[in-house]
Amino acid sequence: MRSNLGLFSDEKFRSIFFQTLVVGLFALGLFFVISTTSYNLEKRNIATGWSFLQNPAGFDISFSPFLEFKSTDTHLKVYFVGVLNTLLVSVTGCIAATILGFILGIIRLSSNWLLSRLVYIYVEFSRNVPLLLQIILWYSILIQLPRVKQSLQILDVFYISNRGLYSPRPIFESGFSYVSIAIVLALISSFLINRWAKKRQDKTGQQFPVFSSSIGLIFIFPLILFFILGSPLSFEHPELKGFNFKGGLVIRPEFIAMFLALSIYTAAFISEIVRAGIMSVSKGQREASAAIGLKQTWIMRLIIIPQALRVIVPPLTSQYLNLTKNSSLGIAVGYADLVHGFGGISLNQTGQAIECMAIVMATYLSISLTISFFMNIYNRSIQFKEK
Amino acid sequence: MNEVRKPPVATTGIIGWLRINLFFNWTNSLITLFVIYCLYQFIPWILDWTIFSADFKYNYLGEQITNQEMCSRNLDPENGGACWAVIYVRFYQFIYGFYPKVEVWRVNVAYVMLALALLPLLYAKLPYRKYFLYFTYIFPVIAYFLLNGGLGFTEVSTNKWGGLLVTLVLGCTGIALAFPIGIMLALGRRSKLPVISMMCTLFIEFIRGVPLITLLFFGMVMLPLFLPEGIDMDGLVRVLVAVTLFQSAYMAEVIRGGLQAIPPGQYEAAKSLGMSYWRMNLLIILPQAIRISIPPIVNTSIGLFKDTTLVIIVGILDLLGIGRGTLADTNWLGLSYEIYFFVSLVFFIFTFGMSRYSLYLEKKLKTGINMGAD
Repeated sequence: MRSNLGLFSDEKFRSIFFQTLVVGLFALGLFFVISTTSYNLEKRNIATGWSFLQNPAGFDISFSPFLEFKSTDTHLKVYFVGVLNTLLVSVTGCIAATILGFILGIIRLSSNWLLSRLVYIYVEFSRNVPLLLQIILWYSILIQLPRVKQSLQILDVFYISNRGLYSPRPIFESGFSYVSIAIVLALISSFLINRWAKKRQDKTGQQFPVFSSSIGLIFIFPLILFFILGSPLSFEHPELKGFNFKGGLVIRPEFIAMFLALSIYTAAFISEIVRAGIMSVSKGQREASAAIGLKQTWIMRLIIIPQALRVIVPPLTSQYLNLTKNSSLGIAVGYADLVHGFGGISLNQTGQAIECMAIVMATYLSISLTISFFMNIYNRSIQFKEK
Repeated sequence: MNEVRKPPVATTGIIGWLRINLFFNWTNSLITLFVIYCLYQFIPWILDWTIFSADFKYNYLGEQITNQEMCSRNLDPENGGACWAVIYVRFYQFIYGFYPKVEVWRVNVAYVMLALALLPLLYAKLPYRKYFLYFTYIFPVIAYFLLNGGLGFTEVSTNKWGGLLVTLVLGCTGIALAFPIGIMLALGRRSKLPVISMMCTLFIEFIRGVPLITLLFFGMVMLPLFLPEGIDMDGLVRVLVAVTLFQSAYMAEVIRGGLQAIPPGQYEAAKSLGMSYWRMNLLIILPQAIRISIPPIVNTSIGLFKDTTLVIIVGILDLLGIGRGTLADTNWLGLSYEIYFFVSLVFFIFTFGMSRYSLYLEKKLKTGINMGAD
């Protein structure tokens, strides 16, 4: 039996043989794909290379809050606008989804039967209907709002119409940079105070009012500076001129629809994660902390949440990743994100599908890797530490 | 003798339940009353809109509705709710797309056969389950010839397919193909051969790191460039390739989780019996690993089922695509809420059913009853 198989009965040989075989087949396949692709590209007169990035785009992007965009700008700029728009909706969506998800997860566990049932119904509906459908639905609601002339007013400064939400635009004057520096300084120092207070409490048991002092530092200190410098901030109000508003800050319905749908959809998943996390903390912990006389709010903040976070953070990370990837659905409502702007319009104009898709995929991969990198650091910081 | 006293009235029965769950203290009672008030405002309105003042086939004048102008709410904005007639008129398209009416019995047969094929997978105690399973294995071949044509059936090209048919074809084929590929990828990732493990890991992480829509673009725009001349791939097939690749990476991670949960003793025992790698995995490890990963497999399948809607972006008309197409028709302009409500409801029925099924499996797993996942 053994002799028939010869060399194949040797595990080392078998391992090397199969691996070489796989690499060989893979290389062969790659060679085949590359050669047919270059033949096809040549035949269809599709240009290759990266020079198209410097060519003028020739189209307008309606929503670009960070960079000024004109149709004479290059495809490279389309890419940057797209990345910024993707990041904008992802970051705001993640923040809103986390807040909403935590609130709903806690309500779901509330002793009020009616309230927890309501949240349950919301979670089931929002999880089981495709996100794309929800985005389209929100968009169709938003564009059925009244026209600009009949726009709804809130407090006489915000205007809501089918063209989006118009709000006053802040104009920062020269002195404002000092205020922003003050805010950064206050954030750093309150972080240091937090660390110092923790150390002191570990040593002496004395507590320091970290929360109120941080609030004072972050809000009151810059505010005083703001008034000393003579309030270097003014607002430009939107004004109705002709058929549209002039001036002010515009938040387009595409963005609002994406933001609402992404955060509401993801919040349903996050609320279930939060619920599972809180339920994973054993009942004895709650009883023990009640027995030593902690207040109900303190039990939640000091005992339950820190332990629940260990269970919550890993699945929360994958929800953030999902939300970021799902932001690519903006193409369905014309939100000029990475996929719609660069992977859609630029691709169609230049025809360089391989380059455009490679850039888009590489960008998403790096965003995903960055998110998981930072969430892994955070996750390590909240896990059990052996002392 | 000790007297047996009954518990106080306020802690038992309906009153006790109400007190504990709805009126525990004054904040709780306030919240309850507020919620009841909101529901009192909302529920009658939504019932009125969806059912009592809605048009189903005829408007309030008794005419059969053939376009949006005949809907009661468009004739008289003061009364009339939803106009479900649009669903009634376009029902055929929602379910079959543009499949020729003469051949539609084939789709119906395929739907019934799909239900029969799923039966032994979903219900372990089915009598004669073995024979049903044989049918499940050959069902994809039958379905291919039934829907696409060949073997004496006239050919119906896939650009005539649409609606629920496309949604189900994409969902079922994607899941069925991704399952074996996912198993191979999961085994590959855990393999001791460094080259194979590295390639599988790279593939899985790449697919999981990019959105499905970029893979769909890849399938639509780039795949034709990769193939030699003369091979013209069908649009639906290209999308299916993308969906399958996507799903198999997620499936692989779920199955890998199951593989990791198998105690090392199982591997050692199998090896000590002299089993080869494949015999060990096929007979000992995989049956156990797949059994424990069935609930998460169902969950990723729900995700895929919802994600099939993305194909409308590359121009394939699934259920949502037919809905949007109907909205673009001047006859049915402005009925977006009715159409989106209907499409949501169909998706909800499928996905909610699947999630209930996964919960049922999880409960069964916990109680340790054999669920026959082979």
